[in-house]
Amino acid sequence: MGKVVLDVKGLTTKYITRFREDVYAVDHVSLQVEEGKSLGIAGESGCGKSTLALSLMGYYFPPLHYMSGEIVIDGRNITGMKPDDVRKSILGTEIAYIPQAAMNALNPTRRIINFIEDVVLAHDPTENKKFIYDLARASFETLGLPADVLHKYPVELSGGMKQRTVIAVSVILRPKVLIADEPSSALDVTSQKMVIKMLKNLMETGFIKSMIFITHELPLLYNVTDDIMVMYAGQIVEQATARQAVFDPLHPYSKGLMGSIIVPESGLRDVKLTAIPGAPPNLKKPPMGCRFAERCKYVRAECRVMAIPLYEVGGGRAYRCILSEETLREAYGRAA
Amino acid sequence: MDAPRKSKPCLSGVGLTKVFGLGRRTTVAVDHVDFEFREGEVISIVGESGSGKTTLAKMLLGLINPTEGEVYFQGQKRDISSHRKRQEYWKNIQAIFQDPFSAYNIFNKIDTVLLDCIHMRGGRGLPRAKKIELMTEACGFVNLKFEEMTNKYPFELSGGQMQRLMIARIFLLKPKILLADEPTSMIDACSRATILDYLMKLRDEVGMTLIFITHDIGLAYYVSDTVYIMEHGRFVESGTADRVILHPQEPYTKRLISDVPKIYEEWDLSTV
Repeated sequence: MGKVVLDVKGLTTKYITRFREDVYAVDHVSLQVEEGKSLGIAGESGCGKSTLALSLMGYYFPPLHYMSGEIVIDGRNITGMKPDDVRKSILGTEIAYIPQAAMNALNPTRRIINFIEDVVLAHDPTENKKFIYDLARASFETLGLPADVLHKYPVELSGGMKQRTVIAVSVILRPKVLIADEPSSALDVTSQKMVIKMLKNLMETGFIKSMIFITHELPLLYNVTDDIMVMYAGQIVEQATARQAVFDPLHPYSKGLMGSIIVPESGLRDVKLTAIPGAPPNLKKPPMGCRFAERCKYVRAECRVMAIPLYEVGGGRAYRCILSEETLREAYGRAA
Repeated sequence: MDAPRKSKPCLSGVGLTKVFGLGRRTTVAVDHVDFEFREGEVISIVGESGSGKTTLAKMLLGLINPTEGEVYFQGQKRDISSHRKRQEYWKNIQAIFQDPFSAYNIFNKIDTVLLDCIHMRGGRGLPRAKKIELMTEACGFVNLKFEEMTNKYPFELSGGQMQRLMIARIFLLKPKILLADEPTSMIDACSRATILDYLMKLRDEVGMTLIFITHDIGLAYYVSDTVYIMEHGRFVESGTADRVILHPQEPYTKRLISDVPKIYEEWDLSTV
């Protein structure tokens, strides 16, 4: 087992709405990411994927509030730090975040190199410009981006190039963990592939130690990450390796998600797409028992009354369902 | 190469071209494309951003005029020279767009949206009770409750509900052709299956021709009979879904398909 870079224990965060209602968008989430590994987070829209990403940075601002739990990055506990301290000493150097519309992060009136100067100077105001330029140039060259991009304005770059530039800028201070939240969903397939290749390259060239990748595109997740974590209504419902999660999902929700995969490969045209009926529960009043009970095909009476814990199966695998592994596999018509 | 197709041609184009700009600074968005869509087929037009897919869609809908070339509708030259003729044409061809949030008039209630569709099909004189019955049926088709929809404004719905309401509109209009321009790219993979399900069910019910405009090659492979691959305003390859997607001939198609993440086959990252 490798060294654990990111260790999260029982993290709970909530949104407070303007009507003073609490919405627990991340509910007792524990996860570990080892050095050199990548973790994928899958789930429907609104299941708490992006909130989890924001919560992991320890950078809370209303309406998001920290409730409980612990975040340890490479031995350093960042829970309870002031937002300002987090911004100055954690973001960018310990943990970096690429949001979905990352390309909009660039300032249209400034050249890329000026933007990079701002980023570096925010962390260390004594750095000189020559040093920053050399650092940026070296980083861009390692990552396979042309160095003349540094002197361009954002409008001169294509969408895919802008996205790759933002990724390169976000890792310029060598963060330990990179969180990529749907980094490629606004791009077409070719630009997407370039972004993915670059992200994989980041780990190999030692820019980052580990990565968390969030998306609802399962084929992409399967190809990029080592492990997959499925989230539903703020909770983890399944943790497994990428291979297990796609070919042998245990939780009925994960099974449902895998039924919506579309890939252009032979023989798959006649496979019927299955959608999960219904909508996720309202987290203002979460159901008492299993949160998936309303939409589950295999629901039992006790599912609706009993809070289901996350069962560890061994080998890093866990799922949140009261049915046994054998019962579930049998229900899906699959040999163990 | 492909098996001969039997049904009548429904929509076809000859040398369809659109040029934007003037003088020396022109962009050819669609460059002399020829096609023949048959009745009852599911067609996908696949291409990258900027390949001219949406421009072609707008020309088919009659929203912009082609610079050159003609569109033939049911074997006849399409005539949309006057407002009345255009309205007549739009009874036969309807569209669903990518962004459901901007597809509605924000000042109109959902009732008005659906009533407009009934009126467009000549149902203006129907009794109120009959109209409500039709609206309830349309909402029921996409699993929405009319009682929950009535007296609401579009912004009160979620994105998925809005997209389903778009399909309910099409259900009322029963056009001959439905053009879906990236109908699922704004919604997540799970709801995508639901929307596709309704669209295919609608096609079976109404018997219309369905044209998907998409960059999602997986989707094109799943739903369509015929696939057209578009690059820089030209169709580079066309044929049955199995032929084009599983056995591509053109280098551009091969590259496009190799860029899609796969599950059963190895996804080669070294090619970009």
